[in-house]
Amino acid sequence: MLTINDLKVSLGSTPVLHGIDATAVAGRIIAVIGPNGSGKTTLLRAISGDVPYQGRIGLDGVDLAALKPWELAARRGVLPQAATLAFPFTVAEVVRLGLTSGTQAARPDLIARALEEVDLTGFSGRYYQELSGGQQARVQLARVRVQVWDPVQNGRARWLFLDEPVASLDIAHQIGVMRVLRRFADGGGGVVMVLHDLNLAAMVADDVWLMHDGQLLDNGPPGTVIGGVGLAAAYGCPIMANRLPADSATFVLPHGLWDTRTADEAAPVSRFQAASVI
Amino acid sequence: MVAIDYTTALPGDRSPRARRVAFGLAGLLLLTCLLSLSHGASGVRLDAALDAWLSGDAMPDRDRLILWEIRLPRMLTGVLVGASLAVGGAVMQGLFRNPLADPGLVGVGAGAGLGAVLAIVLGGQAPAWVAAWLGWHMVPVAAFLGGWLSTMVLYRVSTRAGRTSTATMLLAGIALGALAGAATGILVYIADDRQLRDLTFWGLGSLGGASWPKIAAAGPVMLLALVAAPFLARGLNGLALGEAAAHHIGLPVQRVKHVAILTVAAATGAAVAVSGGIGFIGIVVPHLLRLATGPDHRYLLVNAALLGATLLLLADLIARSIIAPAELPIGIVTAVIGAPVFLWILLRRRGLVDM
Repeated sequence: MLTINDLKVSLGSTPVLHGIDATAVAGRIIAVIGPNGSGKTTLLRAISGDVPYQGRIGLDGVDLAALKPWELAARRGVLPQAATLAFPFTVAEVVRLGLTSGTQAARPDLIARALEEVDLTGFSGRYYQELSGGQQARVQLARVRVQVWDPVQNGRARWLFLDEPVASLDIAHQIGVMRVLRRFADGGGGVVMVLHDLNLAAMVADDVWLMHDGQLLDNGPPGTVIGGVGLAAAYGCPIMANRLPADSATFVLPHGLWDTRTADEAAPVSRFQAASVI
Repeated sequence: MVAIDYTTALPGDRSPRARRVAFGLAGLLLLTCLLSLSHGASGVRLDAALDAWLSGDAMPDRDRLILWEIRLPRMLTGVLVGASLAVGGAVMQGLFRNPLADPGLVGVGAGAGLGAVLAIVLGGQAPAWVAAWLGWHMVPVAAFLGGWLSTMVLYRVSTRAGRTSTATMLLAGIALGALAGAATGILVYIADDRQLRDLTFWGLGSLGGASWPKIAAAGPVMLLALVAAPFLARGLNGLALGEAAAHHIGLPVQRVKHVAILTVAAATGAAVAVSGGIGFIGIVVPHLLRLATGPDHRYLLVNAALLGATLLLLADLIARSIIAPAELPIGIVTAVIGAPVFLWILLRRRGLVDM
């Protein structure tokens, strides 16, 4: 379980997170949504142990600040938003970098398995720098996966913290990555990811955290958060939420593109409508 | 769906090749060492000396003197300096995540040189206990401190939020080099005649001054750096992903950086203290090895030590045989070979950012 109590983070002298309280349970997928600059990435960096913070972050009962880097690495993998790489490593060599910690190091077969999982079988000998942006993103995901391959190790859940894991992927690979995360969560692992695509969040997440201005505005199942009144207010634009008649999955559309009303006036539109439009 | 055998070696895993190359380089170094011992202006032959030694005959005094007091220290110095320069370059490139970061190019060599000149010119003014404590070590230790200080300043200036800017690094290196050069100039100006002679010999960049006392003074510092370097391999591999990701995969990033800076300073400082400025080994050797076997530092650092030692011994052989019995400063030889290779690296970099 990931517990966040009164989390405050300042970058330089600018306060970015103003007291977040939240709990994530392993076995479930959390999608963190919110407008640009609302603090999603900073929240992810805080729980990854990248930035100094006030308050308390607990990972399965242990204070995050008390864990050494290698102890953290055995419990959680992190996929940053933008990944850079110096020097001409091959794909296999990049994925191998994830194998250096914890008890997975003795399993070289994981490199091929992780590459298969992200649909890059046959790419192991290619140079990372020569791949497309979307392929590079999947190589990085494979690297993170081999680090915490088994969702549960020694009876303890492991975690994946991902910042925009599908931002540069085509729709088929977006779904492929979501399936990988679903299997990881179903196996007992925890997943917390920042997502921009509200429809993807509604489709995949078990819980949604809606960030706004460094605060957690709303959290709960996608149906209530993405279908709730807070969404349009947080994003400051009219949004229409609806349900698919087939499986009552929530989806959203921007609403009234030429509507000149302010977000406050337009906000009620985001309440659940009947599925009559479809 | 085709079944995948996960246990066979993956294409793209270059470690078997890197291991084979390591064995090849070790053999090559051994051969070069023998060549270095058996060649020289005096015409003393190693095989004859060995025959004499094996058959129990006494070796002529002159031959023993040449082999034992001139060629052997010179060879050992060449091995240590070549390995240190190459490893110092490889570690620095890993730390800065940049294949152009060479201690000689970005002011670290100049900083180490300033330290060495300081010790030569002002060492006599040092308090008696310092002189007694450091003894012969004063020049290499001062060079190490100079190299350490300039590496620290360079890293602070050119690295923001875990990213190193190539342009800032090279420009800051020019500034640091100029500053160290100016300070060195002042020291040369106030040096007396005997010190000037020492400085001139030292500044030529040569293995010609190799001697047992010099090896005893600087050898341990270089050995320390060479032994520390392989322990940095995992850390430098992780840093290639950037500082944040290096932390994510479990590395103590700050510690890795500090040890890397100390290693660069020790390797460069001690090498500069013994042999003056010898350029391009630190940039050409790691680059060739990355082309041949990839950037994995677990193999790169070891192979760089072997290839660096081999190349410097060969350069020394050329330097002392091309115009024998006189000799060229070895820095000229390494520059003539190294500078074009460096330009070729720059040309190849187009297209691939941060290769």
